[in-house]
Amino acid sequence: MTVKQYKQILSKPLLEENPITLQILGICSALAVTSNLSVTLVMCVALTSVVSFSNLFISIIRNYIPSSVRIIVQMTIIASLVIVVDELLKAYDYETSKKLSVFVGLIITNCIVMGRAEAFAMKEKPFVSFLDGLGNGLGYSIILIAVAFVRELFGAGTLMGYEILPLVSNGGWYPANNLLLLPPSSFILIGLMIWGIRAYKKDQIEPNEYKLSRHATAPDLSKRELNV
Amino acid sequence: MFEHYLSIFITTVFIENIALSVFLGMCTFIAISKKIDAAFGLGIAVIVVCLITVPLNNLIYNSILKEGALAWAGLPEANLEFVGLISYIGVIAAAVQILEMFLDKFVPALYNALGVFLPLITVNCAILGASLFMIEKDLKFGESVVYGLGAGVGWAMAIVVLAGIREKLKYSDIPDGLQGLGVTFLIVGLMSFGFMSFGGISL
Repeated sequence: MTVKQYKQILSKPLLEENPITLQILGICSALAVTSNLSVTLVMCVALTSVVSFSNLFISIIRNYIPSSVRIIVQMTIIASLVIVVDELLKAYDYETSKKLSVFVGLIITNCIVMGRAEAFAMKEKPFVSFLDGLGNGLGYSIILIAVAFVRELFGAGTLMGYEILPLVSNGGWYPANNLLLLPPSSFILIGLMIWGIRAYKKDQIEPNEYKLSRHATAPDLSKRELNV
Repeated sequence: MFEHYLSIFITTVFIENIALSVFLGMCTFIAISKKIDAAFGLGIAVIVVCLITVPLNNLIYNSILKEGALAWAGLPEANLEFVGLISYIGVIAAAVQILEMFLDKFVPALYNALGVFLPLITVNCAILGASLFMIEKDLKFGESVVYGLGAGVGWAMAIVVLAGIREKLKYSDIPDGLQGLGVTFLIVGLMSFGFMSFGGISL
């Protein structure tokens, strides 16, 4: 493989095949941990390292895994890596680990990790798999950081805990948008983000299964345009 | 006593709904909610698996992993909590496998109805999440049975409701870029805002 192909494997999941906005993988944690940018960064680092190393290790032993028990083997590798990350976090950044609560543990069932192991690492060589894991982890991080940026900046007027927009309650001019601090707002943000990406990358648009004909008056079943 | 269990159940189903308030199991929640039938089958499977694995993990945590739980074996200082994650996921994977074989042999009708959803459940974070929240809340065995049931029922209810809304959506004219995934996110966001109104209720 050439350097160019390596670069492509690394950069493709960033926008073109983003795990969250196109592959529908790993959405759960994208929603619950994005109200604060610094917590989000920790989560992104944790997930990216787990997904790249699990891809690496699974790829190394891929020829020795019997396909009937592969899910359990993959689970064991992923779970061990997550335990390492969880224990490291508890040791060095206890505050953040409390805020993330169960979400670090839930990296085990994060579909990005399983999905990439199953779809890529079981077939490809170790180094390429590592790059693929890294790329997907970064693709996930980009979306998470973007959501957290908007939510923290406009919801609380701060970034990483530093005041950017002085709040009215602190004598400034910016009235905080508390709606953005509520978890459901991240759904809306990701929904709009998907809209934006698909307006730019037209090939990602999903075909409409039930197309209405223009100026439809009565259903003309012979044409099968209006599937009622 | 009954009231206590009932309040745990209501809290997990509505106030702390595992899909719409804690956002777990979102990938399957969004991917398999196009049709009500499929959503219903998956919902039933999640209820059954939650009901089995949450109490099972509770037993494992309280009788083996918890600090001081091995005192009867002469190991009063053993604290095995760090292998927790790997044991819970092992229990879930094994329970799903056994359930699959059991249903295949004794209740083939239900087995065929659940189809591919059963093995998928192993990697559904709603199940592992329910177990982890159970540990965090430090529930007793009886409470954990109710909690598991409530978590499953809440998730199943949410996915059936979403599938109902998405089936109705086929009559609406959606902008191209929002088609499919995008609009589903917006709907789930609105549903979840709706569920936040339960947050004010204290039992």
